[in-house]
Amino acid sequence: MKDCEELLSGISDYVDGTASKELCAELQRHMEGCHNCRVVVDSIRKTIRLYEGDKEVDLPEGFQARLHGTLRDAWERKHRKTA
Amino acid sequence: MHRNSHQKLMDVAEESALVLRAKSGDFEAFDRLVRDCERRAWTVAWRLLGDKEEVENVVQTSFLKAMEALDTFRGESRFCTWVGKIVTRTGLDMLRSRKRKEGLSLDELSVDSDDAPLAHPELLVDWREDPSRSIERQELQSILDRAIATLPDTLRSTFVLRDVDGLSTEETAVELGITAGNVKVRLLRARLRLREELTQAFGGEAIAHEHGIGAGLGGLAAATEGRR
Repeated sequence: MKDCEELLSGISDYVDGTASKELCAELQRHMEGCHNCRVVVDSIRKTIRLYEGDKEVDLPEGFQARLHGTLRDAWERKHRKTA
Repeated sequence: MHRNSHQKLMDVAEESALVLRAKSGDFEAFDRLVRDCERRAWTVAWRLLGDKEEVENVVQTSFLKAMEALDTFRGESRFCTWVGKIVTRTGLDMLRSRKRKEGLSLDELSVDSDDAPLAHPELLVDWREDPSRSIERQELQSILDRAIATLPDTLRSTFVLRDVDGLSTEETAVELGITAGNVKVRLLRARLRLREELTQAFGGEAIAHEHGIGAGLGGLAAATEGRR
């Protein structure tokens, strides 16, 4: 049976669900008896989820007003030119 | 902006109607489309660059490019997906230009060679609980900001494209100009390093104990000491 070190390189594919059936089965068998690997897989999943769900980053004060103001000006220039 | 678009977007029919109106010169329609994507655009650029001035520049430039290219948008993907690609490319250009100013290349591997042995997990403790439930949002954001800032650009860009922006391995390889194999290696390194950083924040009191006993994955912690 492969050890923790050998299985480490397959962990990303495993958490992405892209690992081969054989690797999945091997990792699952290994993790049943290896607390450390269970912890690593679990915390990698949580790490990914935290950044994935990271859609509520605060926008800086005034950013939206500046963005939409700039876009409106550029839009008017563009459409004046093409009118 | 692609696979991981958790944010609820407007429905397709509404979007198509707005795109048509925008193409015929209606700014309010274009403005509404932008509002649907701007927070996500900011997030991806922020995770990539971590500098407010540069991020604002990238997001603004990206939407200006989208405005100029609007006639070429054929609606084969969602508007936000299309804009997302522009944001990713503009953000990577900014990162490359920053590296050039520092006399470095984004593809330079000396900092974290893809061939170097993997740094093995050292902190092997369960996280206390779900940090997004137990930690105040701003504090959590600041922990995530600090952790991702510790990654070298090569790893951060790979992680952001794959896990924040949601590109596939192949799409990430194209954007970064590296092989799919390199993407996989860098992604694993990035995830392991972020996991390590975040475990320090979310592992609670067990961390001190873990350090105390010096346990590691398969007893490898000691062997990896000083590797990073």
